Formats: sequence, structure tokens, C-alpha cells
Amino acid sequence: MRALARPWIWAWLAAALAFGLTLALTSGRGAGELAYAALSFGAFATIVGLGQMLVITLGPGNVDLSIPATMTLAATLALKAMGTEPGTALLGLGVAIGVGLAAGGANFALIYLLRLPPIIATLAASLIYQSLAIWSNRGLRIKPPPGLADFATGRFLGLPNVAWVALFLSLAVWIALERSVWGRWLLATGQNMRAARFASVPVELVRASTYVTVALFAGLAGYLLASFSGGAALNMGTEYLLMSIAVVVIGGTSIAGGYSNVPGVFGAALFMFLVVSMLNSYGAAAGIRNVLTGAIIIGIVIVASTRRMRA
Amino acid sequence: MTVHHSAPIVILADAARHFGPVRALDGVSLSVSAGDCIGLVGHNGAGKSTLVNLINGGLSPSSGEIRFRNGANALQAGVRSVFQELSLCPNLTVAENLRISHAGLKGPGWRRRARAEISASLDEVFPGHGIDPDAEVDTLAIAERQMVEIAIGFAPRGGAARVVILDEPTSSLDSGIARQLLDHVKRFCAGGGAVIFISHMLGEVFEVATRIVVLKDGKVVSEKPRGGFTHQGLVDAMGHVAAETEASAQNVRDLGPEVVRTDLGVSARAGEIVGLSGLAGHGQAAALARLYLSRSSSWWALRNPEVVFVAGDRPRDGTLPLWSILRNISVSVLRQGAHWGMVDREAEAETAQLWRRRIGIRTDNVENPMLSLSGGNQQKVLFARALASSAPLVIMDDPMRGVDVGTKQDVYAMIRAEAARGRTFLWYSTETEEVCQCDRVFVFRNNKISAELTGEDITEEKILEASFELQEAT
Amino acid sequence: MNLLGRYRIVLPVLSLALLLAATFWMQPRAMSYFGLNLLFNLAVPLALATCAQMMVMMVNDIDLSLGAFVSLVACVVATFVHDTPALGFAILVALILCYAALGALIHALDLPAIVVTLGMSFVWGGLALFILPSPGGASPDWLRSLMTVKPPLAPMAVIASVVIAAAGHLLIVRSGIGTVLRGVGGNARSVARAGWPLIRLKALAYGLAGLFGVLAGLALVGLTTSADANIALRYTLLSIAGVILGGGEFVGGRVSPVGAVIGALTLALAASFLSFLRLSPDWQIGAQGAILILVLTARLIFSRKGGVA
Repeated sequence: MRALARPWIWAWLAAALAFGLTLALTSGRGAGELAYAALSFGAFATIVGLGQMLVITLGPGNVDLSIPATMTLAATLALKAMGTEPGTALLGLGVAIGVGLAAGGANFALIYLLRLPPIIATLAASLIYQSLAIWSNRGLRIKPPPGLADFATGRFLGLPNVAWVALFLSLAVWIALERSVWGRWLLATGQNMRAARFASVPVELVRASTYVTVALFAGLAGYLLASFSGGAALNMGTEYLLMSIAVVVIGGTSIAGGYSNVPGVFGAALFMFLVVSMLNSYGAAAGIRNVLTGAIIIGIVIVASTRRMRA
Repeated sequence: MTVHHSAPIVILADAARHFGPVRALDGVSLSVSAGDCIGLVGHNGAGKSTLVNLINGGLSPSSGEIRFRNGANALQAGVRSVFQELSLCPNLTVAENLRISHAGLKGPGWRRRARAEISASLDEVFPGHGIDPDAEVDTLAIAERQMVEIAIGFAPRGGAARVVILDEPTSSLDSGIARQLLDHVKRFCAGGGAVIFISHMLGEVFEVATRIVVLKDGKVVSEKPRGGFTHQGLVDAMGHVAAETEASAQNVRDLGPEVVRTDLGVSARAGEIVGLSGLAGHGQAAALARLYLSRSSSWWALRNPEVVFVAGDRPRDGTLPLWSILRNISVSVLRQGAHWGMVDREAEAETAQLWRRRIGIRTDNVENPMLSLSGGNQQKVLFARALASSAPLVIMDDPMRGVDVGTKQDVYAMIRAEAARGRTFLWYSTETEEVCQCDRVFVFRNNKISAELTGEDITEEKILEASFELQEAT
Repeated sequence: MNLLGRYRIVLPVLSLALLLAATFWMQPRAMSYFGLNLLFNLAVPLALATCAQMMVMMVNDIDLSLGAFVSLVACVVATFVHDTPALGFAILVALILCYAALGALIHALDLPAIVVTLGMSFVWGGLALFILPSPGGASPDWLRSLMTVKPPLAPMAVIASVVIAAAGHLLIVRSGIGTVLRGVGGNARSVARAGWPLIRLKALAYGLAGLFGVLAGLALVGLTTSADANIALRYTLLSIAGVILGGGEFVGGRVSPVGAVIGALTLALAASFLSFLRLSPDWQIGAQGAILILVLTARLIFSRKGGVA
């Protein structure tokens, strides 16, 4: 029963429930395909969700609104650099990572030097990144190199490759948070920035590296998503903003900061996809899915706050 | 100064207030009548703020009772408070702030009425003040903000101010304006009002008070008409007249070279225990925080830091509430033991166990949450956090506040042992007995050092003298 | 304290004036009745939305659902209000009350507004999709005439902006209750200690936000004559930018209704200006971001130089 006390379990249970309810309609047919699709699409949400989770762990007021724009910009520039030539996959990856680093650095520069609240800083920056993406795209739809496209849509040991990437990243983030000095510093800063500073934690370094990391993950996600979908559309990132925050909250990370939940993010990402397919299978109108998502988010926040108040 | 005898406006009958085991107020009986100007004095922790909060309705008594002549509660009885921490809304104008305290200013033209009322009150208390009622509060200087707060306290606000509590009202005022306030207080009481006046400027207290009440350790130890006290007698009454606690054997230690000198003049030598004293809120904590921040970086953590900090305000500056005891101890020394950026968990656990034993943290398992500990033990964790590091300078911001005696003795011994090993301690404490254990003491008053005492001179008497201003108010 | 530091409205007014002057210089034909109306037309719903966001920021919160809410209102207007006005208006009133209830809930349970409003954005969005799964609906005639009226002296857009700014100013800056609401943002503890019921005040602030959000949706439909579920999503971020541009701040209760309207006008104008500049449409979005950063940097510099720290 102790297992049920862990918050991330709920996201996975909910995902399993949605999975089961969907299959109930088809009497179990298509389970493999559904799982595969969930893992594929959930992977991208997980990657950006992990980054957003780190930022939110920094404490109240910290959120990165530039994730969609960074994804788009990274994807656009990477595809351009690769130019559908074979053997350029690593070059594209390098470009995407570079864009992520630059964007994260720019975001933090706005926050630190100009004293802009993170919401405004990342908002303004996202407008600029979006414009950069539009300008460099020029309406051409560049396809990813064939090798890369195969990788992005391919599978390994039965699971989608992108899911493996997401899994690997989740593991890396989990290790960093649990075992590394930086992870401890992040969790300390999120609980009480002033106390952390008085306890020899280099809080500005932690903040800077976190904002760079989330942009880095966004760049990576954009690169993979574009390779998966066959090109970088200018609105490819739109739904990922709210999605990134939603999977963080539903996955059990505390909005007040100082507590992260890595497995929960993955579970929540799967859950979000499965809930949509479930509702689609049941013929529910598009609106219902959104209302349900919103109600779940608010419900979780209320439960978390009453648990906090009782504690 | 005529004194009007009439039915008391506020009566406290054996009122007491406890916060858990702490008896902040331990049975106080007091009555406030029209024409009274009560000077309330006492050292840190004597219970002044608690008493004030009981009278103005901010707290309710744990035992005993409070009665008001007019009305059921403090608000109706016309009790007003003006505190040291300013309670204005900085984004609103002066007149608008009156609106917050005076809901009766409604309807069209309220702004005109608010302006008139606050201007009238300001004129009455501080003639020639020059404050524009339409100025936003955050454009005013600190002195002007305090003047506005005081004026709001005295303003009619739809009723009448009957008892006005002034807590260190002149702390930000210059002498000319302070004089205006004192004159107004005297007029106000002569006209039938009552004032409770808390101040560390004993000259002011002697000037305005009709009677003086001395609080110590939550009780009234002395209450006499103003003429019944001398300056020295008052200082004695506030302190512990009984013989000092046995001075611990002052081992003459070999002190090293000077390691600290701040801009205010606080200095310390290697291996020295330097105390900062004086009344709370006179700049000690800010000076220490500034020193710590200047000697440490937000951008990098050295393997061997120069300075560590022990917080006294645990929720604000110290506790990492979601973590275990273990993690709370190790957070300052993570870099010390790390390999390739990864925390050395074995070393961490060892450190925690070591310090649990050395400093005596009462818990069965260091993996328990930090908040499961009692206050005193949480404070021990914060000490362990600092002492576990190799930093040669330890800065302490009143860390023993509210901690039990047993813990205190354990920690004092630890501090002395560490100092013998060459560590330097800068120790701000609001308890005079603690400060008396130091090798050198800097007494703060009004954000400046008012006295530097060493060796034999470190006595409660000298500290109190330096904390309170004994000259006559000019 | 220098002029720019003391009067927070100076910088937004200057920015707008500069932008307007530059626009006229680039495109002299815009300096006409017709031109002005075209420039500022779509600023009216944005100005109302910015005022709505200002109400929430005034009490130290932020509303991430505003865009979705205005879209929902637009859908309701284009369908229910058009077909069955009584029911339509009842729904609009219910929506305003919902907003007020949200404010009370956020305060009572000490919830993070940013996440709650995020969740609500899904809810509003879902409801909007429910009502109008695909673009459609029609604007009620009276609304259309109101939004396309041609007053003699100045274009409707300008007059409407002035009216909105004046109403906001009277409501939030001049009135007693508005002052208390701003006080909540400045020092909530003091306001509570003075005896005011904080939960009712927060509900009022959010209710006002709902009211202005409804007005924004109405204005939008009057102008575009139809609606869809995504029509105003960008209002969320634009309204935040508008409040900040207008001299408002996230915390501290320092907001200016006049500034908010000016901020909205500036953002709307920036889009037109950038197209006159023959700036490639690619850069128009980015330029809005750049303008936001520039204005805030200017404010930082001037408040540091001139003001008390």
C-alpha cells in the first residue's frame, strides 16, 4: 500500500485506466498500436515536460513560455542546415542543441540583467524566436534526411526510438536530481531561495543553468518532432506550451517549488495522449477533452493544496 | 500636566499569552485611563509586543481577561496601534491609505474628505510637515512614512482615537519632528486621550510619560509614576539585578590576526567570539547578512568556503522544509565530498551521524523530515549545517531565540570548542547572557555601533546603557 | 525624482506618441479619420482584454485563461446572443459570476493562480469548441452597428479607447472600492488587518476581470462578425504585455487603466507600423517582443537613475 502513496503512481494508473477504457470499445484489438502511438506522441511531451519541470521546481513565478518558439526555431534551423542530405543528422542535432543553449542563455539574460519576471522575459523572447523561425523558414518545407526520418519514426526492441530518447532523458534528469550536487542545489533553491543562498548554494548559477536546460530540451524536442513529422511547421510547438505545464502538474511536481517528480511527467504525458484517444474512441466532441483536461489539472492542484494545508 | 481620573478605557486582569511552552506574557494586570501616558519599557523578549497585541486585539489572551469600556473589542473602544514595521500600502497615496483604515469614507467626494482628514491630523501632530496627501507612499522618505502612519493613528476615522499605542515611533524621525510628536502626545493625554509609549530613548519616555511600566520576562516588575524612577534605576529594573551567572572560565585564547572588518566597524580576530548586541532591529542582522553576502557568491560554490551562516529566523532563512534532517545538514558541504559532481552519499550519511552525536540532535533517524524535530533541534541542525563546513568564519543571526536551555548549553560548549580550534564567530544575540560569553561585544543602536566592550567590561549593565539613549530628549 | 520616474504614465504615452508619429511619417494617408479607424480598430477588444488582465494583476495574480475566455465569449455571442438574446445574456452573466467564484476559490484555498487559470483555459477552450466546433455564428445586428458606428469628430476606435480608459480610471483609480482593491495588491496583510474581507475583494477583482473579458468578446464579434474557438487565444499574452507596457507591474498593486489601454493601443499599432515599415511580415511578431523588451529596459534605466531605489 506504500506504493500508492507515491504521487507519480497516480499518473500511470490514470494512463492505464484510459488505455483500458479505450480498448474496452475495441474488445482489446489494436492494443499494440495504441500503446505504440501513445509512447511516440508522449515522448515529445515528456521531453519538454522534463525541462518545464526543472524550471517550475525553481519556485513560484518560474515558468518558461518560450518552449514552443524554441522548438520551432531549433527545428527550422536544424532542418535547414541538414538540407535533406544523408549523413547530416549529427550536424542538425548540433544546430538544434546550439539554438537551445542560445535561447536559454538569452532568456536568462533578460531575467537576470533586465530584472524581467520570467513570464514576461520568456514571453517576449518567444516572440523574437518565432520571428526568427518564420524568417529562416521562407515557406519552404524542408524534409529531414532519410536516415534521420527513419530513426525518428523507427523502433527498437518494439518501442519507438523517440520513446527511448525520452526514457533516456528521464533517467538522466532523475539521476541528476537524486544524486548530483546540482540537483540538490536546484531542490534547495526551489524550497527557499534565501535559505539556500545562506547555505552556500550558488543560486544564480542554478537558475541560469535551469533556464538553459529547459531551452536545450525544447530544442531537442523540436529536432525530433520535425524529423518525426517530416518537416518543421511554424505552428509545431503551439500545443506544447500548455501541455508542458499540464504534464508537470498532473505528474505530481509541486508548483510551490522544491519537489520534482520525473516518472510522473512520463506517466502524465502518456495519460494526456490516451485520454484524448479514449474520448475520441467514445465519440466525444473535441470540446469535452479540453474541459476534462482542465478539470483534472484544477482538481489536482486543489488536492495538492489541501494536502499541504493538512500537513 | 493634569491627569484626569475616570473609568479605565482598557483593563487587563492577569492577562497571559503562551505560545506552546513559551510564556511570552505571564500574568499582567494593567489599566489604561483617560489622561494616562504609559511609558512601556523592557529589554528584548520582555513581552512588550505581546502586550501590545493583546491590547489592540491582534492576539487573544491564553488566560486572564481584557475589558474595554466602550464597545466589545479594541476597534470599537478606539484603540489604535502604530508599529515599527510600516503597514502602509506603498502603491497608494497618503489620502488613499486613510481610506483603507477608515471604511466610512465612501461615496462621491470621499477623496476630498480623506485629504482633509489626513491633512488635519498631520497638521495637528506635525505642524509644518510639508507632506502632500496626494503623494504616493513609496515616494516618501522613511521619516515621512512614519509621520503618515502616526497621523493615521491619531485621526478620528469616523470615531475617536482613545488609546493610541506608539511602538518606537521616533525611530525614523529626526529630533525636530520627534519633538513635535512628543508635544502632541502630551497635549493628547492632557485632553483626555491615552497613549502607550514604547521607546528605547529613555529621555523621551521620561518626558511624556505620566507613569512608567517595566516589563521583564513577561511580567510587570515595576510600575510607578514618572517621578518615582531615575535613569539608572530604570536601567537596573530592566536588567537582571541579581548576581551575574557564573562567568564561564574565560580561557585566554591565543587570537590570530584580524579576519573581519566591516564598514560599520565590526571587527574580529581569528579564534575570537565576537558578539553583536543592542535592541532588536537596530541593524545587527542586516550588517551580518551584508557581510555574509559579500564574502560568498551566488554564482559559484567553493570547495572551501570563506564563511557560513547560521540563521535564527528558521522559516525565512534556514529551513528547507521538504527535506530530511540529513539533507538539511549536508546542503552546505555538498561540494566538499563530491566526485564528478555526484553527491557522496556515504560521506553525507557519515557527516549527518557525526553531527547528530556531537551536537545532540534528538531524533531516531536522520532520514526523518526536518519539520518532525522540535524547534531547538531544528536549530541544532542549522548549526550542524554551518559547523560541518570548513569555513573559518561563522556568522550567527540570533540562532538561540526560542531554544530550550539544554540545547543552548550544548551549543555554547560547541562554539567554545570550535573557537579554541581557531574558528571565528560573529554572534548576534538578543539575550544578554549569551552576549556576555563573548570575547568582545559591539552594541548597536540606530544602525550604528554605540559601544565596543571587551573582557571585564562586558556586563549587562554596560550593554543596556549603550542600547538605550539616556540623554534628555532635546 | 525625474519626470519619467515620478509619472509612470509618461513612458507609455511617449512610446505611443513616437510610434504614432513614425507611422504617420511612413504612411501619411493613415493620418485621416478612415486611417486612424483602421489602425486602431482591432485595438478595442484588445484594450478591453488588457483591462481584464489588469484587474487580476492588480491583486498580484496572473490570468493565463483570458484568451480562451474571450474566445468563449465570442462564440457565445455569435450563437446564443444572436439567436436567443435572453439566454445568451444569461450565459454571459453566469460566466462573469464564474470568474468571481474562481477568485474566491483561489484565495480561500491559497491556490497558485497561474496553474488554476491554466486549467481554466482548457475548460473555456473546450466549452468554446463545444459551442462552435468550426468557425461560424453571426454578430447580432445591434452589436455590429455599435462597433461600426461613425461618430463625427473622431473614429469609433479612438472614442471607444478613451471611454474604456476613462471608465477604468474612474473605477480603479478614483473610486473608493477601486482604491481598496489596489491596496490589496500593495499590502494585503494591512488591508485584512484593517477589517476588510479579502476573499470578497478578490472575488470582486476577478469578477471585474470577467466583466471586461465579456465586453472584449462582444466587441470582437461586433468587429469580425463571426467567431471561432481560437479567435482570441493570443490575447492572453498580449494582454499581459499591454499591462506591463502601460506601466503596470506583476506585484505591488501598481496598475494603471489608462496605461493598460495605451499599452494595448501600442501593441496593436506596432503591428500596423511594422507592415508600413515594409518590414517583412516574418519580423512583425518578433518586433512586438523587441518593443516590449525595449520599453521595459527604458523603464529600468529611468527608475534606477531618477528614483528612490
